[in-house]
Amino acid sequence: MFEILEARLLATAVKQFKIAAPEIARKRKPGQFVVLRINEEGERIPLTMADADPQAGVITLIFQEVGTSTAKLGKLKAGDSISDLIGPLGVPTHIEKFGTVVCVGGGIGIAPVYPIAKGMREAGNTVLSIIGARTKDLLILEEEMAQVSNVLKISTDDGSYGYHGFVSDVLQDFIDQGTTIDLAVAIGPVPMMRVVCNVTRNKNIKTVVSLNPIMVDATGMCGACRVTVGGRTRFVCVDGPEFDGHQVDFAELVKRQRAYLDPEKKAYEAFLHPGGACLGGKS
Amino acid sequence: MAETTEKKKRTQVPRQKMPEQEPKVRAKNFDEVPFGFTPDLAKLEASRCLQCKKSSCVEGCPVSIDIPSFIEMILQDDFLGSARKLKEMNSLPAVCGRVCPQEDQCEKVCILGKKGEPVAIGRLERFAADYEQAHGEFVMPPMEPPTGKKVAVVGSGPAGLTLAGDLIKKGHRVTIFEALHKAGGVLVYGIPEFRLPKAIVQAEVNYLQKLGVELKTNMVIGKIYTVDELMANGYDAIFLGTGAGLPTFMNIPGENFNGVYSANEYLTRSNLMKAYLFPQYDTPIAKGKNVAVLGGGNVAMDSARTALRLGADNVYIVYRRSKKELPARIEEVHHAEEEGVQFHFLTLPVKMLGNEDGWVCGMECQRMELGEPDESGRRRPIPVPGSEFNLGVDMVVVAIGTGANPLVPSTTSDLKTNKWGYIIADPETGATSLKGVYAGGDIVTGSATVILAMGAGRKAAEAIHKYLTEERV
Repeated sequence: MFEILEARLLATAVKQFKIAAPEIARKRKPGQFVVLRINEEGERIPLTMADADPQAGVITLIFQEVGTSTAKLGKLKAGDSISDLIGPLGVPTHIEKFGTVVCVGGGIGIAPVYPIAKGMREAGNTVLSIIGARTKDLLILEEEMAQVSNVLKISTDDGSYGYHGFVSDVLQDFIDQGTTIDLAVAIGPVPMMRVVCNVTRNKNIKTVVSLNPIMVDATGMCGACRVTVGGRTRFVCVDGPEFDGHQVDFAELVKRQRAYLDPEKKAYEAFLHPGGACLGGKS
Repeated sequence: MAETTEKKKRTQVPRQKMPEQEPKVRAKNFDEVPFGFTPDLAKLEASRCLQCKKSSCVEGCPVSIDIPSFIEMILQDDFLGSARKLKEMNSLPAVCGRVCPQEDQCEKVCILGKKGEPVAIGRLERFAADYEQAHGEFVMPPMEPPTGKKVAVVGSGPAGLTLAGDLIKKGHRVTIFEALHKAGGVLVYGIPEFRLPKAIVQAEVNYLQKLGVELKTNMVIGKIYTVDELMANGYDAIFLGTGAGLPTFMNIPGENFNGVYSANEYLTRSNLMKAYLFPQYDTPIAKGKNVAVLGGGNVAMDSARTALRLGADNVYIVYRRSKKELPARIEEVHHAEEEGVQFHFLTLPVKMLGNEDGWVCGMECQRMELGEPDESGRRRPIPVPGSEFNLGVDMVVVAIGTGANPLVPSTTSDLKTNKWGYIIADPETGATSLKGVYAGGDIVTGSATVILAMGAGRKAAEAIHKYLTEERV
C-alpha cells in the first residue's frame, strides 16, 4: 500500500497527489512514469511523475479526472492509500546542455513538462517555456514553471489569461523573432503536439514529444501501447515515452487512444449516476 | 498367482474421465471446465496403476515426482499423505495437475499405454492437490537450519516459485521480486480462469509465503533495482525467471488497427485485470463478434476460448499448417472444438483491413499447402498462388509466440544473451555468464511449458544451494 500524504486541487478536475514511495523517488528521473492501481478492481493507470523528492521519499503525481478510474482516484484524500504503484518506468528524458531549449506544455501536459524544464535548466540550458490551457482556471504549475524557466509565456484558448491563442502560436512568435532554438520539448494533447511539430518541422528544430497511449502492463509485455514512429512499430512503455515528434504517426495514436471510448463512457456514466440516470422513466 | 490375477483385474478398469461442464454451457462462463475426480473415481483410477518396480513414469517427469507412491496413497485413502508426497518434489501440484502436458511426459511412458490407455496421472495429481487445498491444514515441511544466505528471485512464474520453495526449505532467505501486482507470472496473467482458477495459484503462493518466502510485487527489476544493485544490496545469489514477456506480431500491414491484440494483451486484460467482469472491474476489453486468433498453440486455444466466453458469434483459429502440426495439447484442441471454435488450417493472414475509426474489419488471407519438411521437421507451408480471400472479422488476437523481454538483460552488465536476446544459461545448472546469477524458464529457452520452467527452477535451486554452501561466496 502506498499512502497519499497530500492531496490538492490544482485546477478544475485537476489534482496533485504527493505519495510516499521511497524506492521510486530514489530512482526516478525526469520523463519517467509510474503505473498505479487504486484497488483490487482498478485499472493499471500510467501517469508521468511531475516531481520527486528522494530525501523525503515522495513522488508527485498530477492527473485530470476524465473517466471512471481517474474520478475514483480523485475521490481519495490525504491519509488514504492506493494498493499498487509501479515504477519508475520508461526511458528518462535525454538531458544535456543543448543551448536553448523550448519547453511547451498544454493542459495536463504541463505536469510532465515541469521536471524536464527543471532538468534542462540545471544542465545549463536557456529554458524558454510556453504553457497553455483552454482557460485560466485550467492552467497549472505557473509558479513552478516560472522558477525553472528563463522566460515563461502563457496562452489560453479563450484569452482569459496571457496570450489569446494556442501555445503553438507563441512558439511561432519565438521563431519569427529569430530566436535560435536547439531543442523543443512538447507535451500535451495529441492535436497540440502535432501542431507544435508542424511549426518546428519547417525550421528543422528537433522536437521531443511524450506520448500517452493506452497501456496495460507497461513493461513491454503486451504491446497495447504500440505506436508507429518513423514507419516502425515501437512500444511507448519501454522504448518511450519520448520520441522524435517529427516521426510520430499522430493520426494512428489518436485512433488507438479512443479504442475503449464507448464502454468507458458508459462505465463513467454509471459511476456518476449509480442506479441509472432515468429512474423516473417507464419500466 | 494371486498377484497376476490382481494385476489383470487392475488393467481391466478403463481410464476414468473427469466429469466436466457441458460444452454449450461452459462456452458462456469462465468457471473451470472439469470438476475433477470424486474420491471414488480417483481411487478407481488409482487402482489401475501397476506399481511398477522400475517406474518409467518417474523418469518421464521433469521434476521426478514419486508417481507410484502418490497414487498408491490415494488408493489407501490417504489423500493428504498423497498430496504431501507430491509436494516433496513439486511445489505446485494443483497447477501441474491441470496444465502439464502429461501425454508427452509421465503418461507417455506409462506401461499401460503400450496396450491400452495410460494411468491418468495428471488427473490424480490434481485430485490429491485439490483435496489438500480444500481439507488439509498447513503442515510445515522439514526445514533445514538458516544458512544466513540471501537469494533474490526475479519473476514469480513457475520457475521462480519452484526455486523459491526449494531454497527456503534449504534454509536460505528468499525474496521474490514480481513486476506485476500479483504473483504467479503466466499462471495469473496468461492461463485463463476456466483452465486454471486463480484461487489455486494464490493458494500455492500463500503456501510459499507460509514457508517464509518474502514476496515483493510491483518491482520491475531493471528499473527500480538493477541486477547489479541487488548484488550490491547483499543478495548472495540471484535467479532470473522473468519469462518470455515480449509479444510477437505478424509484421503485416494493418496490425496497429484497434481490435488487434497480442495474445499477451488480450489474456492479461481478461485474466490478470479481470476485464471479463467489466464494468465491475475497471479494465475494458473488446468484445468481437467475429474473432480470428492467429496461431495454433495452447495460448491460441486459450485466446479463442476466451473470445467465445466474451460473447463472440464466430471464433476462428487461423493456422498456416494443418491440424496434424498444431502445437497445442490435444486436450485443448478438443475442448476448443467442442465449444465451437472453428479452424482455418493452411491459412496465412497477409493483411489486416480497417475502417475509418481505425478498427479492424477484415483480414486478407492466403491458402497454403504443405511442402518438404523444414528444420523443425514439420512440413513447410507454401502459399498457393491466386488463393487469396477475405475473412470478415472485427477482432484479431495474434498468438504466434513470444520473444525475450530485454528489460533485465539490457540493464545488467556482462550478462550474456544469444542472438534472440534469451539469456545464455547452463541447461544443467542455470548458471549464467555472471557469478552468482542463474536463469531458467522461458527467458532462457523461449516459450515452453510450465513444467519445463519448473524443472529449470528445480535444477537452478540445486546449483544455487551448492554455490552458497560449498563455495566461498
